[in-house]
Amino acid sequence: MNAIEFKQLTLRYGDRAIIQDFTANIAPGEFVGIFGPNGAGKSTLLRAILGLLSPSTGHIIVLDKHVRRGNPAIGYMPQFRQMTTTNHLTGRTYMTATLQGFRWGLPFVNPLQREQINEVIHLVGIEPFVDRPYAQLSGGERQRIALAEALLCQPNILLLDEPLSGLDPGQQEKIVHLIKTIQTKLNITVLFTAHEMNPLLTAMDKIIYLAHGKAAIGNVNDIITSEKLSWLYDAPIEVVHIDNHLFVIHKKLGTNVHDHNHPNC
Amino acid sequence: MITIIQIVSSIFSHVGDMFSNVCDIFSYDFMCNAFIAGTMAAIVSAIMGYFMVLRAQAFASHALSHIGFAGAAGAGLIGLSPPAGQLGLTLIAAICMGGMGERAAKSDVAIGVTLAFSLGLGILFLYFYSNYAGHAMSILFGDLLSVSHALLKTMFYYSVISLLGLVFLAKPLLFATLEPELAEAKGVSLHLISILFLVLVSIAITEASQVVGILLVFALLIGPAASAICCTQTFWRGLGLSILFGLIIVWLGIFLTYFTNWPASFWISTLSFISYLMCKFLGTKI
Repeated sequence: MNAIEFKQLTLRYGDRAIIQDFTANIAPGEFVGIFGPNGAGKSTLLRAILGLLSPSTGHIIVLDKHVRRGNPAIGYMPQFRQMTTTNHLTGRTYMTATLQGFRWGLPFVNPLQREQINEVIHLVGIEPFVDRPYAQLSGGERQRIALAEALLCQPNILLLDEPLSGLDPGQQEKIVHLIKTIQTKLNITVLFTAHEMNPLLTAMDKIIYLAHGKAAIGNVNDIITSEKLSWLYDAPIEVVHIDNHLFVIHKKLGTNVHDHNHPNC
Repeated sequence: MITIIQIVSSIFSHVGDMFSNVCDIFSYDFMCNAFIAGTMAAIVSAIMGYFMVLRAQAFASHALSHIGFAGAAGAGLIGLSPPAGQLGLTLIAAICMGGMGERAAKSDVAIGVTLAFSLGLGILFLYFYSNYAGHAMSILFGDLLSVSHALLKTMFYYSVISLLGLVFLAKPLLFATLEPELAEAKGVSLHLISILFLVLVSIAITEASQVVGILLVFALLIGPAASAICCTQTFWRGLGLSILFGLIIVWLGIFLTYFTNWPASFWISTLSFISYLMCKFLGTKI
């Protein structure tokens, strides 16, 4: 059984094709990085797996079943957002609201659920700040609480949308290490969108690269090559290796394609 | 020694007088009604208000209450009772606002334009029905001391319906409020939750405005909740404290009205303001 199967998938966002005729399988327990320039549709692909966006053609199969909204087997960590709220509710209150929040009734937690929350808090290592006001936490701390929220439903598949955005390199490394440790411990499938691939190079088993409505899946060494990326971008692209780091250079523009939002990318 | 005893006894007699004065309050039927109506409005508003403030929809609730003014004023023209007309129009507005989606329900511009239009409509209705002016005053500013038994009954039904609705809705509502993207991914319909919640708020607003009037409904709906949110860190403590603030504000307001003869709405809105200031600047987090 595959964790996720894309069968001749075409996704559209308005008039624009995000992915066309994409077929791929993701095996259970794989750590898959999803990359591409801004607006290439990384988040859209995750939304489609969550059932929030229907494919124009083709199918997405999650754990042998057609994709459906609210699948408890999928844990989701949305893109980082600025907090505008003035409340002082703790991280634990946010987690409690998330657990079983999709059912009707009063937001009570029973001792069993309380224990479940404590286990996840311990797993993610957020004890020092989970009882502090959520809105006053640092970006990295909030990302870790969001990760804990994604793990509350004991998922088989974890979808993480840009968990590294807004973090400094040290924090990025810590988050990647934490996610990799949790993934290995729970043996779950992880799909991880990111802008910069270097922090993830050692953690990833596979890579999905999206650009210009085209998509490619494979090992890092097969996908991040000058030929493959030139095909995806429809432009001359060069991949440069420096000290185990990869840099993807747009030859015509002379810039790192992951640094800027090119109008023609 | 004798002086101390005299002072103590005079204090006791003073307290005794005050106590008998306070007891006197309840010998008047209209004061009893005011207490019952005020208590119901305080509890329902504090609970709904707590969610409104968490959802940053204070302005939406303000608008809904004013839209109700047009409904109450227009009700007389088609032979409905003012609260019925008010509830009807507020409900329609709530469904439209919730149906337009999360963004519109929080959009200052969309709400502001609708708000101004509905007030204009209210003024037109008053123009057609000019002998209605006295009634309009009581819709706008409330008349806690002239709550009838019939109105008490209506308020009771409104309270029960809105609270039962919230008992059903609280869990997904809190989830959708704190983690909207996550709630959506988990299959919670943000649209539906938004509509259902605003419908419950409409009922609560119509009820609270009978006590403090449409213009001051904020005092009961937002004041206690905003005060509680300033100084609490968990959901249940916040909700509990919001109810407590609501009750203290209304009860103290009614006592002060009785002793000073000043309008109840003034006291309630003033106490609400004071409680917010105190919590904002002095409050410790519990």
